[in-house]
Amino acid sequence: MRKVMIGNHALSYGAKISRAQVIPAYPITPQTEVVELLSEMCANGEMDAKFIKVESEHSAMTASIGASATGARVFTATSAQGLALMHEVLHWAVGARTPIVMGNINRAMAPPWTIWTEQTDSLAQRDTGWMQLYAQNSQEVLDSVIQAYKVAEAVQIPAMVILAAFVLSHTSEAVELPEQGKVDEFLPPYEPEYRIDPANPHAFGGLTGPDGYFELRYQIQKAIEDALPKWDEVGAEFGEVFGRKYGLIETYKVEDAKNLIISSATLASTARTAVDTLREKGEKVGLLRIRIFRPFPSAQIRSILSSVDRAVVVDRNISFGASGIFYQEVKAAVYNEKNPPPIFGVIAGIGGRDVTKKDIIDIYEDIMRMDEPKSDIIWKGVRL
Amino acid sequence: MKTEIVKKYLRLDKMPTVWCPGCGHGIIMGSLLRALELRGRSKNDIALVSGIGCSSRTPGYVDVHTLHTTHGRAIAFATGIKMMKPDMSVIVVMGDGDCAAIGGNHFIHAARRNMDITAVVYNNGIYGMTGGQVSPTTPYDAFATTAPYGQMEPPFDIVELALGAGATYVARSSVHNVPKLDELIVKGIKNNGFSVIDVITPCPIAYGRRNKLTADPMKNMQWVKEVTVPRKKAEEMSEEELRGKWITGVFRDVEHVGLVNLYIELEEKLKRAKENKGEEA
Ligand SMILES: Cc1ncc(C[n+]2csc(CCOP(=O)(O)OP(=O)(O)O)c2C)c(N)n1
Ligand code: SF4
Repeated sequence: MRKVMIGNHALSYGAKISRAQVIPAYPITPQTEVVELLSEMCANGEMDAKFIKVESEHSAMTASIGASATGARVFTATSAQGLALMHEVLHWAVGARTPIVMGNINRAMAPPWTIWTEQTDSLAQRDTGWMQLYAQNSQEVLDSVIQAYKVAEAVQIPAMVILAAFVLSHTSEAVELPEQGKVDEFLPPYEPEYRIDPANPHAFGGLTGPDGYFELRYQIQKAIEDALPKWDEVGAEFGEVFGRKYGLIETYKVEDAKNLIISSATLASTARTAVDTLREKGEKVGLLRIRIFRPFPSAQIRSILSSVDRAVVVDRNISFGASGIFYQEVKAAVYNEKNPPPIFGVIAGIGGRDVTKKDIIDIYEDIMRMDEPKSDIIWKGVRL
Repeated sequence: MKTEIVKKYLRLDKMPTVWCPGCGHGIIMGSLLRALELRGRSKNDIALVSGIGCSSRTPGYVDVHTLHTTHGRAIAFATGIKMMKPDMSVIVVMGDGDCAAIGGNHFIHAARRNMDITAVVYNNGIYGMTGGQVSPTTPYDAFATTAPYGQMEPPFDIVELALGAGATYVARSSVHNVPKLDELIVKGIKNNGFSVIDVITPCPIAYGRRNKLTADPMKNMQWVKEVTVPRKKAEEMSEEELRGKWITGVFRDVEHVGLVNLYIELEEKLKRAKENKGEEA
């Protein structure tokens, strides 16, 4: 069945069709529609789930961890300030190995107060251990929630499905709603090995000294590394069952490309149209969209970059004092290669400033005129 | 309102406000401006702090030291200011969500330590800014976007919360009784401790429309009148009659030393001890 829905509702339907059982949430623009629809579906019986109207995002994540520890499938969603407020317990969710799936709507951080899109909120959580997936359209949002549960539960690591504020969260698109029966087969009920169960008592979160903590951290790293092939596998299986295949990265016209534009989320969609226009002008250019950011698909990125002459990463985020964050990661991935191509880092669209197809074409043409990257940041569109 | 007060305390270049027609927040701001004037001291030693929400837009419009801060944390920001600037009047304006949900912990602890801050709560029983989700003061059975079939949880009574936690000046009024509201805010500011003024106010857009009041300002104001009952009258009413009503009046007005003065006393004591030691040496 096809249904017209906004990106936010694609998250809600994703949670519904994945049979989430508990949804603790706190409202924040631009996430509100996600949880409003879920609260309605919990209240009218469309979902067999409990909606908990908690008093803050910190409580939303904390209640999520508690519920997940009982063996329930948990969903929540937030954005920007809300995600930042969760920070302490984002680490906890990973350490406790609770495979929660959370939607995050990318919104710029305050102050000054703003509500428009930027990726710094979620990227600032990159070292918590949460898996991160940057979606480019509503169909991918919905499909990714289902896949995220499958991967998260397999490796016991929580996952964020991330979408751009307004550009995607509030844009209506036709979305194919997968059949419930097929989803149930694809994603069987969550059956953790350990859970809060009166019949089988356990202690959770005890004090651990240097003799045990190290190994627990090692196990988290191993689990998230295992998730890398798992995302590919699950994305391919999803393709077989539902007809839409997903990978860690997406490439467009890279086969014969000499130059590469690298980006993520909705910026990558804009870049795709720019690639078409540049191709018409005779440019041998392709697009690499990074879909899964954690775990980082370094090998896949290396293999694409091995055959190009230069690449430009367009970041809608910034790590102050360093550079764009996707740029850092891409550069680090190829640093040990024999002859890595020069990689240019562009920061654009901060705080929701529009990035148009023409902007991407300009970026590309500008970097083609440069000999080599002279600094880690090329600013696009900042008014000085 | 007197033009001089408007000109003195409003940032006229920031007009008009963002508030919807019929929103009570502007009425509370009006009372606040008059109270600042009645306070009778320079406006340069007033700090007005807010979190975020429609109510929290107030500091954008008022021409004193203003801080627009994060959701629920206004009291914590204000605590830092007051400890370092004890001579300033530090006033916090916040929504019911800001005050009693995400910021509830700061609220009870400011009351416990009797921080010399005046908290004016714009209590519209809903998250206005984010479009009408339930707040901790949403009336039982009321409708909200996160309670499409009625709120099933009981609300907080902000006055009871403040009393229980130790605030020294606790009062409630509504935007329907403006002269009283002016008076309560002035008293709150003058109290040397944590003062709470809970103000019942309508949100026609996010609350009224969903709760059979429509967006009509008059209907919403009528509702405010109906749900508020003066203390005296309430004493003669049965529990049944009082269900869903907010009792107005002054609930506590006592002198009790707060953290700011405890610190001043401690500093003086330590200074004296040092001086004595110096004399001995
Ligand atoms: C950490 C965080 N969570 C959520 C939000 C979103 N948010 C902004 S204002 C608000 C609530 C507004 O309600 P209230 O405090 O009652 O004030 P009102 O708008 O009704 O005046 C929320 C949830 C935020 N800004 N920051
Ligand atoms: S949404 Fe409600 S609280 Fe906010 S300005 Fe409008 S009427 Fe006032």
